[in-house]
Amino acid sequence: MERRTELKRIVLRGRKINGGSAEGEALVTRESLGGFGCFDFDTGRVIDFGHELYGKDVSGKILVFRTGKGSSAWSIAHQALRFVGKSPKAYITKESNPQTALGAVVARVPAVTELDQDPTEVISTGDWVKVDADKGIVEITKK
Amino acid sequence: MKLARDEQEMLEGKQGAAKQKAMELLVKYAEGLGAERFVDTNNVTIIAGSIPDIKIVQKVVPSLDADEIASKFLLDSDERVVLDKVKAFTTTNATFRDQRYPDLQRGGKAHCDLLQKMVNYLKRVGVIHLATCTPYQVGNVPMKGEHCAWTESSAVAFCNSVLGARTNIEGLHSSFASAVTGKTPLWGMHLDENRLGKVIIDVKIDVDLLRDWYLIGYYVGGQIGLDVPIYTNIGKVPDMPRLMGMCAAGIAGGSIVKFHIVEITLEAPTLEVASGGRRGLPVLRYGKKERRVAYEKLNHSDSDKVDIVVLGCPHAGLDRMRVIAGMLEGKKINKNTRLYVTTCHPMKHVADEQGYTEIITKAGGSVWEDSCGLVLTVDPSTVFACDSAKMANYLPGETGSKNTWFGTTEECVQAALTGKWRGELN
Repeated sequence: MERRTELKRIVLRGRKINGGSAEGEALVTRESLGGFGCFDFDTGRVIDFGHELYGKDVSGKILVFRTGKGSSAWSIAHQALRFVGKSPKAYITKESNPQTALGAVVARVPAVTELDQDPTEVISTGDWVKVDADKGIVEITKK
Repeated sequence: MKLARDEQEMLEGKQGAAKQKAMELLVKYAEGLGAERFVDTNNVTIIAGSIPDIKIVQKVVPSLDADEIASKFLLDSDERVVLDKVKAFTTTNATFRDQRYPDLQRGGKAHCDLLQKMVNYLKRVGVIHLATCTPYQVGNVPMKGEHCAWTESSAVAFCNSVLGARTNIEGLHSSFASAVTGKTPLWGMHLDENRLGKVIIDVKIDVDLLRDWYLIGYYVGGQIGLDVPIYTNIGKVPDMPRLMGMCAAGIAGGSIVKFHIVEITLEAPTLEVASGGRRGLPVLRYGKKERRVAYEKLNHSDSDKVDIVVLGCPHAGLDRMRVIAGMLEGKKINKNTRLYVTTCHPMKHVADEQGYTEIITKAGGSVWEDSCGLVLTVDPSTVFACDSAKMANYLPGETGSKNTWFGTTEECVQAALTGKWRGELN
């Protein structure tokens, strides 16, 4: 049977961090993501030296990462991305913590966590991802 | 969420627009955490110095009106609300700028002026301006079991681990909303079960020098994720700077918001109590090899020359000032090397009176208040030396310089005097 052209779809279920829905291209890291000193606000690129996403533009992406790391300025950095028009479209995190919860609220992007599979394993950069945060559903179309 | 009557009133705007916006934000945040209710807090610290660069602030608030900046950047409110006074006892964290040296810090005078404006605003609304990452050194010392809403990673770890008070790692927005309302989500570190240790650290070597306390914290932080570690077999009782070092390193190298040290920290009289009696916890070994791993990770420079020495991360207290002044008395630092000792203005006032500031200044160094070595404007080729693993960890990302040496305070002072790094780990 010829299945190669069929697009592979995966659905993950979890819980809402912040409500709303979005779809777009995934940008994935298995590492935790910082806030303070992590982004260039002119370009939306990650400038955290040594990070897996170093040099990658987060704007307009469905950002998939382990959890938030680092300082109390996490929420300020993620709110600032919104103010300069460089916000990701949604956050999908493996684990939630205060940084990601507050960050998603002030970045005003849909966000989900505690999914039934590790999103940083299931989703690859470039996959097309739909997030319905209120229902806690993530729909992945593999590239 | 279950809201108490006063919380519901605030949410409905019956206690004014500022409290309504603050409550709206806290409810969304608490739902994001998965919290079911709030707990009262009367101890908050605000990291106002983390406000974005003036360019971004000016784009959002062209008038630079303080109430509008606070509404948008502190409460995430699109509407301008005017706050009378905060409800909770609240102090400021480092503002990250010493107003005397605008040109040496990122953003120059314009950003210094913006931060001074925010400081004036915060004082107006009843926030006490301590300007430090170590509020517990200068008058904000929460008691065991007290519910707090603190910002600044190392202070959060100190609050939970050393003082036995309770706080999550709050952000600028949530802490300000807590200051305004006197509420914080009852979640995470506020709950007994989450404070128990989950990983045992089996310490095989002496942890003695200040440097060693940074190294063990940094190594363990990099290994254990979000878990609470229990350090065992640390025989020697640490002083405050050593515990500050362990707190700062564990959360800079990782995410340790709380740790226990058996027979030393408040909530760990025994291993049994620290772990809640749970058996079979994973054990992480810390010996010479592990210490070396942390040391190597923090030391990376291709040159032994040193341009800038930074001491006082977290902010130097009186004992550090005394020790550093003692090492510099009657000496001159190298003409090509700069030395900064960072602290807060209440502490600097005492250092001034005591003569420590004069000794350090006469030797060619400078004592900075309310700021941080991370905001220095430098050329990317600059070589730094510091005695803090937190400083060493963040210097590359914050300043753009990839050249950092980390070692003992003595090695750092020697580097300032000679312009050369001669540090080593035996």
